[in-house]
Amino acid sequence: MTLKKNILALRQKKAIVEKGGGDKAIEKQVAMGKMTARDRILALLDANSFHEYDLFVEHEERNFGMDDKVLAGDGVITGTGTMNGTPICIYAQDFTVMGGSLGLKHARKITKIMDHALKMKVPCIGINDSGGARIQEGIGALAGYGEIFYRNTMASGVIPQISVILGPCAGGAVYSPALTDFVFVVENISKMFITGPNVIETVLGEKISQEDLGGARVHAEITGNAHFYALSEMECIEQIKELVSLIPHSNQEKAASVEPKEPSFKKNIENIIPADPKQPYDVREVIHALTDDSKFLEVHELWAANIVIGFGRLNGETIGFVANQPLYLAGVLDCDASDKAARFIRYCDAFNIPIVTLEDMPGYLPGVDQEHAGVIRHGAKMLYAYSEATVPKITVILRKAYGGGYIAMNSRHLGADFMLAWPSAEIAVMGPEGAANIIFRKEIMEAEDEDAMRQQKVQEYIEKFANPYVAASKGYIDAVIEPLETRDMLLHALEVSKNKDDFRPAKKHGIPPF
Amino acid sequence: METEKPEYVDFAVTARKYKTLLTTKYKNRKQWINPSPYDIQSIIPGTILEIFIKEGDIVKEGEPLLILEAMKMQNRIEMPFTARIKKINVEVGVRIPKDSLMIELEAVDVE
Repeated sequence: MTLKKNILALRQKKAIVEKGGGDKAIEKQVAMGKMTARDRILALLDANSFHEYDLFVEHEERNFGMDDKVLAGDGVITGTGTMNGTPICIYAQDFTVMGGSLGLKHARKITKIMDHALKMKVPCIGINDSGGARIQEGIGALAGYGEIFYRNTMASGVIPQISVILGPCAGGAVYSPALTDFVFVVENISKMFITGPNVIETVLGEKISQEDLGGARVHAEITGNAHFYALSEMECIEQIKELVSLIPHSNQEKAASVEPKEPSFKKNIENIIPADPKQPYDVREVIHALTDDSKFLEVHELWAANIVIGFGRLNGETIGFVANQPLYLAGVLDCDASDKAARFIRYCDAFNIPIVTLEDMPGYLPGVDQEHAGVIRHGAKMLYAYSEATVPKITVILRKAYGGGYIAMNSRHLGADFMLAWPSAEIAVMGPEGAANIIFRKEIMEAEDEDAMRQQKVQEYIEKFANPYVAASKGYIDAVIEPLETRDMLLHALEVSKNKDDFRPAKKHGIPPF
Repeated sequence: METEKPEYVDFAVTARKYKTLLTTKYKNRKQWINPSPYDIQSIIPGTILEIFIKEGDIVKEGEPLLILEAMKMQNRIEMPFTARIKKINVEVGVRIPKDSLMIELEAVDVE
């Protein structure tokens, strides 16, 4: 008598559960243009690397006819594997099993794999595709969500947490992704909202489609809930793999370094920026001209496009870039831009990624809507994030650095380690026109030709103050450099700051203006 | 990348205008309108349950105007200051969105 019989029984048992909701439900899932939960995991991980946990977990609900309902894996697949060699903890909600609804056991499978990720210090990826709480389980489902949120918070800043929204993610379920570091969405597939269109219509009489309320594009462009936006699940999977290759496995490590490469960008860096500070350009070209192989993974590409954030490599090491974008809204700082940059800066700081700031901004966006939306509170987040960060912090002032924005964009005064400026830099308390109007108000008003006098005074101000040399004379700028020297200077600065040690007063935690 | 030149607009930041593009969110932002104290607007979407006044009435500050049911709460909307009811734009049973003009007031001389 051998174990053959038992082994065959196991295989049979596995084969049934691995089918999830069964052929019909799978057919429906595919008809919606979606991959199955298992296929998603297999597509993300290296071939043959996925090892499943808790395949045989069953729910314990006895009410509402649930006692005779068998739910394969309780609607979620969990396990470990590798992604381009990086060990990963992963879970994927299975929409084919009772709509991927979350019951207590479903949640406990997720919290178990999260605990595992935190203990093993590896990234945790969650694929969301769920109708929401399993109503039959009542408070058990709510308990499950709460236990997930608690772990999201505990793991925050310790291991990378990635959420992939590949289906509905509504009600309480949305808060797990919101607590994680990066959220990925796919056009036509991802739907996120606290209250769906039906509730909104019943309660408030407002009619809106799921897509317009909380579709992928809305979260990528309007709310900022999503960091990466893709047109297909396969594109989304490639984006996740690229991101994971750029970030460290935990806060105790540095991101893996790779073979350094020279930039491949063809345009001369000197010719990217127009001399006239009123003319726009795409600051991403400057980033491409600086990074290894001219590669740059942009985060939040569509939301608050007036500031650009993302990862690139310098000399093989991962760097976080923060850059004003004159192409949109003249590159002003506003509520969303401050929010976007602040969170990214904190991410980089938590995960030992040096920050390079490229500055060209005319100030804060004026307007009642901005003031009433709390630009004071949001803007303060950025000051907080830069001041708090202890990773190497390098700033290059490309052109305009006016007023409060100059302070906010990682100035010397907030603790920048290296302050560099191009000769085109204009570091001043405000734009020349505004400054001249205030300082020379009397002369301008008393002049016979007010406009001519204003022009003359503006010109005087530009010559005297709209340059990098006043700031350099005070030591607020360490060096005025030629654009072509920028990459070498950055590589040098990073080399010098390799063993940077910066102390902060002991505290439980700070109180940033959330 | 060098395709046709995008349509840059003039964008004023303090005393200077910059050439730039606008984001969708910026284009769709709500313009701020200075609210008139004589306009009683709904601060939340809901259903008119009851109206206590009619056009032409002079209503004292603090007296109830109507009940707006929203989120299962019956909100009593009160007169902000003593004035005459110029126009009532809602009726009982009607569901209204947020910021709709429910009642218009006009000043009266009060002794």
